[in-house]
Amino acid sequence: MNNSIVTNILLVGVGGQGILVAAEIIAEALMLAGFDVKKSEVHGMAQRGGSVVSHVRYGEKVYSPIIPEGETDILLGFELLEAYRYLPLLKRDGKIVVNNLKINPLTVSIGQEAYPEGLSDRINHFFPDGRMVDGVALAKLAGNVKTANTVLLGALSRLCGIDEKFWVSAIERMVPGKTLAVNRKAFELGRSS
Amino acid sequence: MKEILSGNEAVARGAYEAGVKVASGYPGTPSTEILENVIRYENIDASWAPNEKVALEVAIGASIGGGRALATMKHVGVNVAADPLFTLSYTGIKGGLVLVTADDPELHSSQNEQDNRNYAKFAKIPMLEPSDSQECLDFTRLAFEISESFDTPVMLRTTTRISHSKSVTITNDPVSILPAPKLERNASKYVMLPGNARVRHTIIEERLKKLAAYAETLEINRSEMRDLSIGVITSGISYQYVRETLPDASVLKLGMVYPLPLKSIREFAGRVKVLYVVEELDPFIEEQIRASGITVIGKEILPICGELTPGRVKKAFGIASSEMQTSVQLPARPPNMCPGCPHRSVFYALHKSGAYVTGDIGCYTLGFMPPLSAMDTCICMGAGIGNATGITKVLKPDEQKKVVAVIGDSTFLHSGMTALLDMVYNNSPSTVILLDNRITAMTGRQENPASGFTLMGQESFQVDFAELVKSLGVRNVRKVDPYDFDDTMLAITEEMDRPETSVIITNRPCVLIKRTGVFKRGTPQKVDPETCTGCKACVKIGCPAIIWQTDSGLKGKAVIDPQFCTGCKVCTQLCKFLAIKGNK
Ligand SMILES: Cc1ncc(C[n+]2csc(CCOP(=O)(O)OP(=O)(O)O)c2C)c(N)n1
Repeated sequence: MNNSIVTNILLVGVGGQGILVAAEIIAEALMLAGFDVKKSEVHGMAQRGGSVVSHVRYGEKVYSPIIPEGETDILLGFELLEAYRYLPLLKRDGKIVVNNLKINPLTVSIGQEAYPEGLSDRINHFFPDGRMVDGVALAKLAGNVKTANTVLLGALSRLCGIDEKFWVSAIERMVPGKTLAVNRKAFELGRSS
Repeated sequence: MKEILSGNEAVARGAYEAGVKVASGYPGTPSTEILENVIRYENIDASWAPNEKVALEVAIGASIGGGRALATMKHVGVNVAADPLFTLSYTGIKGGLVLVTADDPELHSSQNEQDNRNYAKFAKIPMLEPSDSQECLDFTRLAFEISESFDTPVMLRTTTRISHSKSVTITNDPVSILPAPKLERNASKYVMLPGNARVRHTIIEERLKKLAAYAETLEINRSEMRDLSIGVITSGISYQYVRETLPDASVLKLGMVYPLPLKSIREFAGRVKVLYVVEELDPFIEEQIRASGITVIGKEILPICGELTPGRVKKAFGIASSEMQTSVQLPARPPNMCPGCPHRSVFYALHKSGAYVTGDIGCYTLGFMPPLSAMDTCICMGAGIGNATGITKVLKPDEQKKVVAVIGDSTFLHSGMTALLDMVYNNSPSTVILLDNRITAMTGRQENPASGFTLMGQESFQVDFAELVKSLGVRNVRKVDPYDFDDTMLAITEEMDRPETSVIITNRPCVLIKRTGVFKRGTPQKVDPETCTGCKACVKIGCPAIIWQTDSGLKGKAVIDPQFCTGCKVCTQLCKFLAIKGNK
């Protein structure tokens, strides 16, 4: 990867999906690989099932912690509707990895609004190379449904161009000891998916 | 050591490295994590105060005692602490004192987006503004030095994008020798009676002049000369957006935003062709520059409302942004009350009772959102009770009955108690519902005097709200279990009817409290599809665990997600057809 330019990763999804931890691991891995890294997100209202966005930027020197509008290189979507919502921030030749999962907003759960149909097709229409990952299924395979965020990290890791060892050490640093083994497995499954 | 730290973590680290003895604050996004990180370090007494005024007063005491002291709060918290702040400016300090104000341009989680740089000018004290986590750490250390060299409190201002962004930071060792705190009397400096304060005021004006001269020499005010056709004066997060979007422009980066180094500014202005100020919110720097007779462009091209972003700076300078447009209307995803949240049934009961609800700030403010839609006012922390008193003063008796104030435990202890005293003292017939979930939930579950623990994890007492409220003079006090819907509804209707002040206290803890034994999960509930008539009574409470299946039966049917359901059984009680039962 060219060191003189900045690469922008946007993580989007729903509060409670482990997005902030995933962003933390990405930033850590990139720092270990020798990059300047910045990461930004908004806490507070983002919890309690609201929409969550985290920006990670890396390169030789990064200024703004938030990604300039329309300059996202990689969009990592933890949920379909949220991935679709933030498509406008992606570069036209950007890459997208999406967890094939629907989580209903409250207005949909209570029958006031409908969950939009055919989102994965619409995403594919704009970004034909977009990748769908079955995060939940792979997390179950790894041994714990809650590691879906780590599966997605694995899928993302192939696009960042840094050695796998940095990912492994970042996960070791950020994940509590007793769930480390499952998370390593989840990461591998995502990476080879 | 090299670490990735958030702005808040870096301020905490900086305070530790500066040898801070006492840190006090009140939670508030985006400032909260500063104190939550201070407790990682040894030899600092860190505490949550019941409100920001007390937090600052504790810090002032520690400073007068000779220790370095830190106070932290969100921007609106400084309004609460403003009274001691303005006179602290007169007394000055003994041990260095730094007040962190974490502002929230764009109102990511606040009720206004006031620009607290104005406080520095108003209170006549210096203010530093970091642009990333490294500067958060370095400026915190520097702020303590300035505080002691100039005998002044120093404000450190962050914004959400500084507090909650992480960047690579190099940490240092703590300073080694600071004088040991000890008691020393100096009444003419610390007793601000008119005679003493008049003398202090002239000293403060002198101090400001010295600080302005110091600003000219300060390394954190630095000019970066590049292309001379555009010169930009900027500070804080805006500096990063300027470097990102106008990489060739010359920049005067201000680390100290008050007082301004006007000489350096004039010099910079003389070297560039066109001068701009790029700053978020108010034209704070711009107006002072203009007042000194220098021509500058600022808010003509940049927005006053909201935060800046790289795209917004580009737009101001006529640079095309590459954002794509999609026109599809998508369902929004606002935050909701959690499944099992004890606030939910209270707001459903208020909705049904037709109450006029004077609200307050906390998780329960989400009771404003549909389908509960049961909040009519929300001004600031502690306002709901006073608002209720005021409204009843202008209404006829039958209308007065409708007025109900709601307030959380942390908010009541913050600034609701005095308002309740006024309500009962001046005889307002309103009803107050004290939503006691035993924690400061909204800001991420901080301990408070109702939780039984301190910030540093020590066990403490738990405020007894019923006794507290009675001792303020309230005669009608009753406790309800908000998971018992009929009882909650009955309490609300009876107390609304009573022509006297009354207080209802709810007694269920926040479902997110992690300490064992506080919140107990019940049996997840299940809808029997045979019995469900599709009447939708259960979806009216807006619980995220209840999912409406449009394509089930004739009218649709409800199902409950057993992963989310905590078994509070409020929906179970609302189902007239007894279709909801424990999941076996
Ligand atoms: C002056 C001020 N300080 C801090 C805040 C941030 N804040 C908003 S709500 C809240 C506390 C809410 O706690 P509580 O009243 O117990 O209600 P809960 O969220 O637990 O339901 C805080 C600290 C604020 N809005 N204003």
